[in-house]
Amino acid sequence: MIKITKTNRKRIVKISIFFFAISSFSALLIYAFSKNMVYFYTPTQIIEKEAPMNSFIRIGGMVKENSLVKSNDSLKVSFKIHDLEQVINITYDGILPDLFAEGQGVVMTGTLINEDTFIADEVLAKHDENYMPPEVADMMKEKNGVLYKK
Amino acid sequence: MNISKIANLKFFYTNTRKISYYMSFFVMILFIIGIYWGLFIAPEDYLQGDSYRIMYMHVPAAWLSLQTYMVMAITGFIALVWKIKIMEIISIQCAPIGALFTIIALVTGMVWGKPTWGTYWVWDARLTSELILLFLYIGVMVLYASINDKRQAVKITSLLAIIGLINIPIIHYSVEWWNTLHQGPTVTKFDKPSAHTTMLYPLLYMFIVFNIYFITVIIKRVRLGIYAREKNSKWMEEYTDD
Repeated sequence: MIKITKTNRKRIVKISIFFFAISSFSALLIYAFSKNMVYFYTPTQIIEKEAPMNSFIRIGGMVKENSLVKSNDSLKVSFKIHDLEQVINITYDGILPDLFAEGQGVVMTGTLINEDTFIADEVLAKHDENYMPPEVADMMKEKNGVLYKK
Repeated sequence: MNISKIANLKFFYTNTRKISYYMSFFVMILFIIGIYWGLFIAPEDYLQGDSYRIMYMHVPAAWLSLQTYMVMAITGFIALVWKIKIMEIISIQCAPIGALFTIIALVTGMVWGKPTWGTYWVWDARLTSELILLFLYIGVMVLYASINDKRQAVKITSLLAIIGLINIPIIHYSVEWWNTLHQGPTVTKFDKPSAHTTMLYPLLYMFIVFNIYFITVIIKRVRLGIYAREKNSKWMEEYTDD
């Protein structure tokens, strides 16, 4: 049986006070920095002008269906991304990752040149948390029509 | 010096030799089964093909890196309050194991990230907080090594472990609190897991295997820790003479 003597209780109180002081300190710190801890902005945040213009930022969203336009003689592509509410136009000159597809999530680094146009320097595919065998994916596609519901 | 406490260490040391020996074979067999299950029996993913299979190492290692930290902090807390020797040893011996799990999680994540995301590393909240976890483990180890009085050293490392405990919920919830490149949780959420059962079961199996591995290694390391601390005591000399 664990005995809690007076000394033990003193130590527990000391450690707890110490722990709560440190955790409230870091909670405040994280709260203060939470704006900077956002890895990317969503299209809605950009339309609401939360993201700075003409500076290096990241944005993320889903590639809109039937929006990908590829250039015939260069790597230039343009497409639209959305978060089910707002849509942003993207232009990019470079190699797209393997998982890039219409309906998939992407995170891009680049600059906003006006309210709804973004020039990307780097495009990364964002994978979602769903894992399934191809047969199950096909079945779901038949049943729901779309695979990427969100 | 309290006799019952030394007896406790002696009891642990003399009774775990065979168990830890057999457990290491046992866990190796379980591990091979799990690797075979994950790499050959589980179906490929509809989107990523075979590259997703790295999650059978990555996900359990990442979970265990958090779990080991919690064990280290909780036993450290008990050691601070009740001065139980074996808890001091368990707490400090958790650090290198946890660091190993963290390194496995980071490296397998990077290997997976290159083909999937298109980059090895990004400074998003999940990856950064996991890297901080590695630094915490290394910090505990370095601090322990730099102080000569080992009982004093454990007091300080336990305190560091308790402070670092704040990082654990940050790692776990980072993907929900902030926009991160790292995807959200597949298994550890209130909803139904987002992996098909044919892929989920080998993952849960690997999680159990990693836990058994942790228990095996912690027993072995605690034995070493006891030896290092008690090698000059009478019972240890008598025991190792046999």
